[in-house]
Amino acid sequence: MSGVPVIDRSLVTIRANGVTLSAEADVRMTLADFLRDRLGLTGTHLGCEHGVCGSCTVLLDGRSVRSCLMLAVQADGADIETVEGLATPEGGLHPIQEAFARHHALQCGFCTPGFLMTVKEYLAEKPAGGEAEVRERLSGNLCRCTGYQNIVAAVSELVEEGQP
Amino acid sequence: MDINRVGGLGYVLREGDLVRLGALARHRDVELDEGIGSRCPMITDAMAVLGHVAIRNRGTVAGSLAHADPSAEWPALALALDAECTLMGASGVRTIPAGQFFQGFMTTAIGPGEMLTEMRFGLPPPGSGSAFVEVARRHGDFAQAGAAVVLAVDGDEISHARIALLGLGGTPLRAIGAEEGLIGERPTEEVLRSAAGLAVESMQPVDDVHASAGYKRQVGMVVVRRALAAALGRCQASQ
Amino acid sequence: MTGLVDGYLGASVPRREDRRLLMGAGKFAADVALPGMVEAVFLRSPLAHAMVVGLDVSRALDLDGVLAVYTAADLEGKAESFTRPFYKNVDPEVERRSNLEITPYRADLLARDRVIRLDEPLAVVVASDRYIAEDALELIQLDLEPLPVVSDAEAALAPGAPEVNPDVPGNIHARFRIVAGRPEEALAASPRRLTETIRFGRSVGSPIETRGVVAMPDPGRGTLTVWANNQRPHLLRTYLAEMLGMADDHIRVIAPEIGGSFGGGIYAEEILVAALARDLGRPLRWIEDRRENLGNARQSRDQVHHVEVGFDDDGRILALKDWFALDCGAYNPFAITIPYNTASHMRNQFRIEHFESEVVCAATNKLQNTPVRGAGRPVAVFVMDRIVDLVADETGVDPAEVRRRNLIPGDLMPYDMGMLYRDGAPIEYDAGDFTEQFERLLTVVDLDGFRREQAEMKAVGRMIGIGFSSHVEGSGYGPYEGAKVRIDDSGHVTVHTGTTTHGQSHETTLAQVCADALGVPMDDVTVRFGDTDLISHGGGTFASRVAVTGGSAVHMAAELVKAKVVSVAAIMLEANPGDLEVVGGRVYPRGAPDVALSLAEIAQAAAPGGFATSQGIEPGLEEQSFYIPPTVVFASGSHAAIVEVDPETGVVDLIRYVVVDECGRAINPMVVDGQEHGGVAHGVGNALLEEVIYDSEGQLLTGTFMDYLLPSATDVPRIEVHHQEFPTERNPIGVKGVGEGATSSAPAAVASAIVDALRPLRVRLNELPVSPARLLKLIEDARQEASSPT
Repeated sequence: MSGVPVIDRSLVTIRANGVTLSAEADVRMTLADFLRDRLGLTGTHLGCEHGVCGSCTVLLDGRSVRSCLMLAVQADGADIETVEGLATPEGGLHPIQEAFARHHALQCGFCTPGFLMTVKEYLAEKPAGGEAEVRERLSGNLCRCTGYQNIVAAVSELVEEGQP
Repeated sequence: MDINRVGGLGYVLREGDLVRLGALARHRDVELDEGIGSRCPMITDAMAVLGHVAIRNRGTVAGSLAHADPSAEWPALALALDAECTLMGASGVRTIPAGQFFQGFMTTAIGPGEMLTEMRFGLPPPGSGSAFVEVARRHGDFAQAGAAVVLAVDGDEISHARIALLGLGGTPLRAIGAEEGLIGERPTEEVLRSAAGLAVESMQPVDDVHASAGYKRQVGMVVVRRALAAALGRCQASQ
Repeated sequence: MTGLVDGYLGASVPRREDRRLLMGAGKFAADVALPGMVEAVFLRSPLAHAMVVGLDVSRALDLDGVLAVYTAADLEGKAESFTRPFYKNVDPEVERRSNLEITPYRADLLARDRVIRLDEPLAVVVASDRYIAEDALELIQLDLEPLPVVSDAEAALAPGAPEVNPDVPGNIHARFRIVAGRPEEALAASPRRLTETIRFGRSVGSPIETRGVVAMPDPGRGTLTVWANNQRPHLLRTYLAEMLGMADDHIRVIAPEIGGSFGGGIYAEEILVAALARDLGRPLRWIEDRRENLGNARQSRDQVHHVEVGFDDDGRILALKDWFALDCGAYNPFAITIPYNTASHMRNQFRIEHFESEVVCAATNKLQNTPVRGAGRPVAVFVMDRIVDLVADETGVDPAEVRRRNLIPGDLMPYDMGMLYRDGAPIEYDAGDFTEQFERLLTVVDLDGFRREQAEMKAVGRMIGIGFSSHVEGSGYGPYEGAKVRIDDSGHVTVHTGTTTHGQSHETTLAQVCADALGVPMDDVTVRFGDTDLISHGGGTFASRVAVTGGSAVHMAAELVKAKVVSVAAIMLEANPGDLEVVGGRVYPRGAPDVALSLAEIAQAAAPGGFATSQGIEPGLEEQSFYIPPTVVFASGSHAAIVEVDPETGVVDLIRYVVVDECGRAINPMVVDGQEHGGVAHGVGNALLEEVIYDSEGQLLTGTFMDYLLPSATDVPRIEVHHQEFPTERNPIGVKGVGEGATSSAPAAVASAIVDALRPLRVRLNELPVSPARLLKLIEDARQEASSPT
């Protein structure tokens, strides 16, 4: 057995959508892979693994981050919100999810979780909104299917309603 | 090596007109600081186009300076603000002015075993104006050419000028010739245009996948002129 | 939601796909996790053309966690190479009339002695997880001796060019020529002529999800289950069966949720993962990363056209000759699909009787050129619309007027274009009114008002412009699609079909079709697809075909089931079948709803041993139909783009975008509009941002999303969609396809708007994409041209 690189492992504990979860991770494992493969939270998707497409966006201590650019160990002790935490335990959709459905703001659904988390952070700021601001805020999440229009419409409606 | 858990490094402080940013000060923290933004809108302009919120939530000012990508916003801002960098290492603490911090392509004055622990700058005085203009392929992308500008007008003469360039060389650059040419001049459109033309002489862009050096020079001149005009407008507004 | 009184066709029913996708509960390829599953990664060539001198995998094999490393030699007896293209051979009549010369397609799964494109796979590492597998890749010793690289089509065709592929003599994969009318004569007789060279760069389909395959063997039974985000599960199964030497029925291919696709094929990676899983006797997964995707999947466009146009002083186009080369890359699995699409759509909505298209598919040391949303049509439209603008510039006639004068008038429909579609049928535009479509567009954008505004803006240095594009889209390609409709004993309706979905909302739209045809509430209908176990034969999803072929098959099967339902109910009610109605899932004689039977009751009666079967009726309420389209149906669209160009930076701002679309009967208008939005966005990307760049050594310079630029929310304008509706008679539900039309017109419309914004300066925008840097150069060139003495 030659050429074995020394790889450290570490126990990583996070509060994922309000539930404390722990699992072992190689220190080089990304937060995205940790969420998906160790914790089974596969709603967070990987589109590029270099921080550009935004599909992997989750909230860490309330702030949006690219989980593909973070190591799992860096998130130890943090509060993580993923798409799985948006709906109620009984399966009631979050207002953001409902607005997306109403406006046909998703087609294949692959980029959608990243958008939802980005939008959650944005709405929490009680923004002024307006199409230009909304588009700018969404410009860090890439979508190949929708052309963004219906996503902008859904988010604009949420802003106007002062959601959530 | 991950310093994210080292306490006491994430500060964004204002002591009078002096702004001090710790090693873990995130772009987003600076962006949301209204005190800084109101006195130095150049920073607000720049933060709005530095990647996207998710990047700004984690990325740090110090990290950007240490990485020293010539197309990044903070290295140019540091030059335009005459910022100082504090380096801490086993052999002690030292301070380097921004102008000496960037030494080559993605190479800084940080020595082996040293860490950039603080960047500080003085807020431009009331009556000055600042602006940041860049051209990028998409919102939030790296700049193909950009200018960070600070101007002050005393009476009807330009009394202070800083023109820092990004994306136009192997390091962030100051268009010193253009700056000197502005001092003492009346702030007319002609003068600004001529300064932008002079600024081209400081530019050393290279070809890349997105644009030729020639294009970058052309656009470099345009962004300098536009940033100067915007900064001047803010000077006049704050008087 | 209860049954709609007016029927479901034409209703913007909310999607049933949404709930699970919004909750992150959709299972995509990378979410398939099986006990004992291991991961594969590919060793890919770092050079575009080289002899393989040495390949030593021993150090990789030694790494803890590595299970196996396969090279070409290890595939002996496990998997065969590709030996035929992905569609049936070209229609014989098309082949004959176009004088087609085509080299057979052949490609090994793993390169052995020679690599002929960058990223060509040489080996597969299998390890317990992907991190370790990637570590192992670095331990493989690969020795290559570089060979000369051919990196563009014109270089490939130049005399003395190095050989790209030993199977492809002269670097020509295929060539053909189509003629309609007498173009040579007509050109000679034209009062005016122009020639131009027009190019469209290479782009990537780039869905946000990368490719992924999971193969799970059952060694005990000798069967195999393969999950793959492939548009055509049945076709993949066919290839797997052939190349792995297995019976069709021993392989099950399942498409999980697919995160966008925009074009497909059958990939070496899919065959390899299946073959190796079988060899290992355990589940094997491969999830592609973005760099791989940008270099190995769905590159398209990359065509250079030399056109010769005959026209008159009124801007009427009298003749068109087009010679073009398509950079096909090192292999050609798609025969002449793309270039034939270009040739057969070139004249679009225009009445140009005399036309010739001469085509060469050139071999280069690049990735194969395969269909991506539009599949040859975006290039055709750009070329044709560019010609319209050139004619406008030459004659001084307003570009909108030139377009008007050349459109096929509505009263001439159906219109024969004088050539065959690639399915062998004559191209006849079946239903539509292009003039009315364009007039509607002009009214919506208020062209006169815009021209006034434009004059005022240009006077103060604001360069705004409007551009137009028109297209037709042959949609609903055959050869068939199948659907089974079954009513179970609980009265629930299930539809099985052979298509897949990657965002097109088929779970909803096909349920609408079925519910409408059967007369049941949509909530009582479940649609399933993307699984070869569901139906024996399936065409799959591509070429904007599902509404037409899938929808028609579902409709037909549903009608058959309905007829059976009625005949069973007739027995039960002792009524005349002709007097019975099916409304809201209940069956009753017209005017007597109180004696209604539920579908559950009827299904139970129709079950084996049930009442109806005791009366001699064949048991079951299940029918299968295969819809075989006579030929394609022609959807169409007219687009207008309004832009502002910053003449100092070359940056283009999209201010307004309007689409008038004709796709026959819209099953779900909300879905149609979504397809228009996405299609336009894709086209905007192709026009302004997206370009695959290989350098002269065949190295990929656009291998990340920082260099390959997809449009973001700030790059795509708001898109206004208006509709015409000309239901076609070529299928039972009158629908046409809509997935690709918008992408075909958007690049042309944007380019045309840029040219208009800069008039009176004549900017020679003959190549896409146009970056700000390129545009600035074009503007400078135009200025120099304008100021130099003539």
